[in-house]
Amino acid sequence: MRFLRLFFVFFRIGAMGELAYRANFFLQLLESAVDLGTALGGLAVVFSYTSTLGGWRPEEVAALIGVFFLVGGALRLVVQPSMEQLIENVREGTLDFMLTKPEDSQVLASIQRVEIWKITDFFLGIAVIIVALIRMGERLGALQVVEFAAALVAGGVIVYSFWIILASLSFWFVRVENILVVFQSVYEAGRWPVTLYPGWLRIGLTFLVPIAFATTVPAQALAGQMTWQTLAEAFALAAALFAASRFLWRAGTRHYSGASA
Amino acid sequence: MGIGDVYRQQFRTTFASFVQYRASIFIWTIERILEPLIYLVVWSAVARARGGDVGGFSTGQFAAYFIVMMLVTQATYTWVMYEYEYKIRHGSLSFALLRPIHPIHTDLVDNISSKLITLPLMLVAAAALVLLFKPSFSPPLWAAALFVPVLLMAFAVKFVVEWTLALSAFWTTRVSAVNQGYFVAALFLSGQMAPLSLLPHALQVAASLLPFRWMISFPVELLLGRLDMAQAMVGLAAQAAWLALGLVLLRTVWRAGVRVYSAVGA
Repeated sequence: MRFLRLFFVFFRIGAMGELAYRANFFLQLLESAVDLGTALGGLAVVFSYTSTLGGWRPEEVAALIGVFFLVGGALRLVVQPSMEQLIENVREGTLDFMLTKPEDSQVLASIQRVEIWKITDFFLGIAVIIVALIRMGERLGALQVVEFAAALVAGGVIVYSFWIILASLSFWFVRVENILVVFQSVYEAGRWPVTLYPGWLRIGLTFLVPIAFATTVPAQALAGQMTWQTLAEAFALAAALFAASRFLWRAGTRHYSGASA
Repeated sequence: MGIGDVYRQQFRTTFASFVQYRASIFIWTIERILEPLIYLVVWSAVARARGGDVGGFSTGQFAAYFIVMMLVTQATYTWVMYEYEYKIRHGSLSFALLRPIHPIHTDLVDNISSKLITLPLMLVAAAALVLLFKPSFSPPLWAAALFVPVLLMAFAVKFVVEWTLALSAFWTTRVSAVNQGYFVAALFLSGQMAPLSLLPHALQVAASLLPFRWMISFPVELLLGRLDMAQAMVGLAAQAAWLALGLVLLRTVWRAGVRVYSAVGA
């Protein structure tokens, strides 16, 4: 579990930097809570007119929002800041220092910066999921919870791989930050079940910008709409994207010349 | 040199720099297209679940509502609240203060330039959504005629209100909380999330008393033919009142703010 130990080290570094500004924690908590309140408020308005939305019950969409915050929180906690740092490292040539360290460079690059206060989204997401699970009560079987956890893992790997693939493009192209920003704004579409969207958009959100697997698919498991085929697809895509990210990272670091260092 | 020349020159400068750095402007456009699209899809699903009608909106009328909403958002957006947080905190506002002209003129030109540059993309998006979602849309002639002045007023009110709020950065460095609170209120109260008539009554009252309805929702309601002549006149009066009040506040807050400004980061 070297990876976890490393992650914890970076987490501690992030914490040491931020603990001087403790007020920021409450500010971030407030922001996350308002954001969550907005999402749940929108849900309340929509479900005041209908009891199911495209086959989804209110507590199932609430669970989806929980997943959205959980995954989004994890992304903003470590993946996004690290990738932004990576792009900067490549441009300025400071990636040299990372490549010389006796640890897998992709691992180091992926966790090099932790913005600890973003963890509020992560925990609020978990809280929402738990409340939603309790509301579902006995409708929920043990198998569904296992499917949910499995789908969440696959979704996490997919989104992570997708981010690092995008960020790795910076080895060849200088300005890729903009692509990352596009992904962040498209991620917002994951607040609602992608099964609602018309076909062209659903396919785009499933394969082009694979947010469906990160948010909708895990929630589908809880809603009892999960098929083994979907779960298999999720794992196949996760494996493929992870392999691709690995390949691209190797090719990228070979191509990298540390020009401006 | 008159103010007209200043505007012309500023337009030339801003336009050239935006054409150079167009990527970030287009990214914001994607967000402005995506948001109404998401709510259009959600509300269409609600309409279908209820057999085709939610509070007087059919799926076709939802499509019309959110497509018009998208265009109205394009016409009225500003980013001054984010910009001033940065400018005041980093002290770069000092340069604007040295010029013999109020900085709001530059902001206005920047804003309009960015809209002109992104307009083609917006129109393409609107055309695509019309083809895909088949809106039912037949505005009364008088409403269509009144739409242009109402839209301009909506933009003026929004610009003045947000410019004034942006000045809160003179007094606090935690502007992001102010901004977030404002944008959440705007999401619900200006009709971006759902037509105002579908919200709980208390929120509808709040939307009409505060400037939010008059900044975005009102032009949309007008063009969709959901208002009669008298309601339209009341709306115009509300816009005029908020614009006047906003301008007074803007002057007062700006004068007080410049006095406390210390260019911390510069």
